[in-house]
Formats: sequence, structure tokens, C-alpha cells
Amino acid sequence: MSEALAITATRPSTRDEEWRYADADYLASADPARLTQWLEHAVAPGETERGFAVIEADSKSAGFVDRLRVHVGKGGRYEHFVINAGGPYARCELDVTLEEGAHFELGGVTLGGGEVRQEIVTRVIHAAPQCTSNQVVRAVQWGRSTGNFLGRVEIPKDSQKVEAAQNFRAILLEAGASANAKPELEIFADDVKAAHGAAIGALDEQAGFYMASRGIAPEAARKLLVRAFIADAFVAISDDELREDMLDQALHFLEGVEL
Amino acid sequence: MLQIDNLTAEVAGKPILKGLSLAVNAGEVHAIMGPNGAGKSTLSYVLGGRPGYEVTGGSVTLDGPEGQIDLLALEPHERAAAGLFLGFQHPVEIPGVSFVQFLREAANAQRRSRGEEPLSGGAFLKLAKEKAALLKLDMDMLKRPVNVGFSGGEKKRAEMVQMGILDPGFAVLDETDSGLDIDALRVVGDAINTIMRQKDENGPGKAVLLITHYQRLLDYVKPDFVHVLAGGRIVKTGGPELALNLEKEGYEAVAA
Repeated sequence: MSEALAITATRPSTRDEEWRYADADYLASADPARLTQWLEHAVAPGETERGFAVIEADSKSAGFVDRLRVHVGKGGRYEHFVINAGGPYARCELDVTLEEGAHFELGGVTLGGGEVRQEIVTRVIHAAPQCTSNQVVRAVQWGRSTGNFLGRVEIPKDSQKVEAAQNFRAILLEAGASANAKPELEIFADDVKAAHGAAIGALDEQAGFYMASRGIAPEAARKLLVRAFIADAFVAISDDELREDMLDQALHFLEGVEL
Repeated sequence: MLQIDNLTAEVAGKPILKGLSLAVNAGEVHAIMGPNGAGKSTLSYVLGGRPGYEVTGGSVTLDGPEGQIDLLALEPHERAAAGLFLGFQHPVEIPGVSFVQFLREAANAQRRSRGEEPLSGGAFLKLAKEKAALLKLDMDMLKRPVNVGFSGGEKKRAEMVQMGILDPGFAVLDETDSGLDIDALRVVGDAINTIMRQKDENGPGKAVLLITHYQRLLDYVKPDFVHVLAGGRIVKTGGPELALNLEKEGYEAVAA
């Protein structure tokens, strides 16, 4: 087998479950290393670390794939907050392994219009008992854009007393925008709590009328609602300033967008 | 103050209001009672301009701060700025938006559209505290997201706090009494009187339309007129004694 063929064989395609909503053209053209390699990181036992990422659109590039693999030691904590406003194709992927008593917290937002395709993809392996994870992802899409959340939670059979929660919600501001949610729970232990929820819809019209009946104009009402919607993803940022800063950065991508 | 003439409206193509006429003068409280499905809530939503409630005929005029206006020509938020307040039967929950933020935005949006200076944060909080105290609602509750986790009674009291802060000229209160225990009913009744019945020497006066199933709120907020709404029309009008008769004898006997 020639080397070129071998590379073709390992290159992911949209036939792979975890790449099914990806940009097929980009996958076919990208450097395979970008799609398969991980940036590795370890959080020492008992330590807390926090990562922030803001992905902006880059019209000069066909795609952007960010893959981070984190190992969280016993009793440690890793928090990751990401704003994915990238494109034309932008994927933020996290592969997290939790040791006993460790916690993983994810707050993610995709924001996009035009033809962009944005993804947040996670795989959380609860490798030992009593580790916990909480993932909150929000998507605001307009134009003909797509926002995807693929979240896999693995709880092997000896990982008892694990708690894993996953919540995804998307707001589609225009017909033509779309969102895909793919929660995947692989649970082999019996004494665990695992919850997931997903909802895709338009802005709450009832809330809109309620606000209007108090004198708030439709545009201002929608801004308040979208702000509150996005804020869900950053609730877990304990520092008030950092939390507001992430929210402001996210809202910045909505400036000029007709809500 | 509010003049409704031969109003017809439909919801999802189904006629609900079928020629409703009603005149409410400044300083008056009118109660609208009626059986389920009579069109009571539809009337409040049509006055508020809720999407999906389509007016097919008739007119509604309101005396606002700047004279008489064609209410139906205005967007919902413009109606609020013109002095209309809608008390919801089922107040809506808005996760992530605090009452304080929501009401300050609302109060200042109304003030701006009337060409008034917006309230400062301090002035707004003082006003909110005063109105919360009037309704015996803990100020801390107003720091929570709008109506989220509130009991039925707390939601209704919070509606009246909103009315107090926004200070409308005309209030349509749709089953504000439902979900209230006896003590809360008195608190809410007193608040309606305080907010809506105190004479303002400079203003055009205020008026209230109370939509209710039961007579009991009317013990606290004495109506000048009681109307029976049935089949999309006002079928009978009387004084406070009409409400008592309805309670005793039922809609069918009294309104037949």
C-alpha cells in the first residue's frame, strides 16, 4: 500500500459518526494531521484549571479544527469555556478523561450566520468512581449557518456514583439556519446519574409579547432574550468579571445581526 | 377613557369577539365577568395586541398622555407607552432576565418613547422597593429571573408590582385574583386601589378593567359597573349588585 493511500484511509469523513455534520469538502482537502492530532494536557490531582477559547471567522482559511485532550487527575477540576464564532468551518473538540472525584465543566456557544458550519464536540470518559461532568452548550444561528453539538459521555462499569449532565439548546433566528444535537451516553455502571437535554427552536414568542406588553420594543426584547440564552453557557464562571467579559465577547459577534 | 365600539376578533380563524362595545370613563373600575370561553381573555389580548389575535372589525380608542389614540393601530410596546397595562392571567417566565433588569428596561423604554428622562439606577430601585413593599413582596425576589420559580400567588403580586412601577393610565387585569389566598387577595386588592384609584390632580385620571370569574376580588376593589360577557358580547350591564346576583344564581340565570 502506498503512503498516500494509507493517509486517505485514516482521514475522517462524514461517514464517521463524530464527523457526520462536519464540512465534507474541508475534510477531503485538509491536512490529515490537523484532523487527527491532539493537543495533550494534564491537570494534576487536586488542581483546578480553566481554559478559554474564542474562535473567530477566517475567510482566508477553509476550516479550523481545534482538538484538545485533557486528563484530569484525582479530585482535580478542568473548566473549558468556548465561543465558536468561526467559519467557514470551525470545530472545537475536547476529549476529557476524569479520574476519581474529578470534574469537567464545559460552557460553549456557537454563533454564526452566512454559510458557516460550527461544531462543539466532546467526549468525556468518566474513568473512575465519583467523577462528575456538566456541559452547557448554546447555539445562535442565522442565515444558512449550522451549529452542532456532539457530546459523548462514557461511564464504564466500575465508575459508580458518577454524575454527568449535558444540556444543549439552539435558537434559530431565521428559516434556513439549522442545528444538530447528538447526545451519546454510554453507561455501563448502574449507580450513576446521567442527564441530557436538547431543544432547538425560535426565540420565545410568549416572552416577546410579555416584554412588549411592558413597553419593551421587539428588538430590545430579543436582545435581552438572546443575552440571557447565551449567559447560560457561562453561569459556571465563578469570577464575575470574567463571566461578563465572555458574555460581552459573545454578544459582540451578534452586533449588526438582525435578531 | 377607553372606548370599544363593535369590536370583532378571531383566533386561528375562529370568531371569538362578536361585536363588543364598552365605554370606560376616567376614575372608573369596570368588572367583566362571564363563563369560560366567553372571550374574556381574548378581549385582554386583543387590547394588548397579542400576535395571533386578529381584529376583524370595530375600533378601540384610549385617552393617553398625549390625547386620544387609535389603540389598534399601535404595536404592543407602543400601547404600553401610551398608558395601557395588561395584567396576565398566566404571567410568563423569562429565565436569565432579572425582574429588576426587565422592569428598568421597560420603565425607561416607556419614558423614552414619551420624551421623558430615563430613571437612574438608584431612582429605579427606590421605586421598585416602594412598590414591592406595597405588595408585601420581598425585594430579593425582584433580583431573581422574571417569574421563574414563583408560586401562582407570587406571580400575581409581582404583576401588581410591575403595574405600580410602570404607573399606567389604564389597566386590564385578567384574572389577577386567581391563585391568590385570602390574605394575598386583600393585599392585591388594596394595591390596585392604591395604584389605580388615587386621584392625580394633573393627569387625565386612571381606569381599570377587571376580568374575573369570581365576585371575591370585587369586595376589595369596588367596581362602578359590572358587565357580563357571553358569546363574544356584553350581554348585561349593572352595578356591583350584578356580581352578587351572578355569584348566587349563575351566569345562565342572570344573563339569559
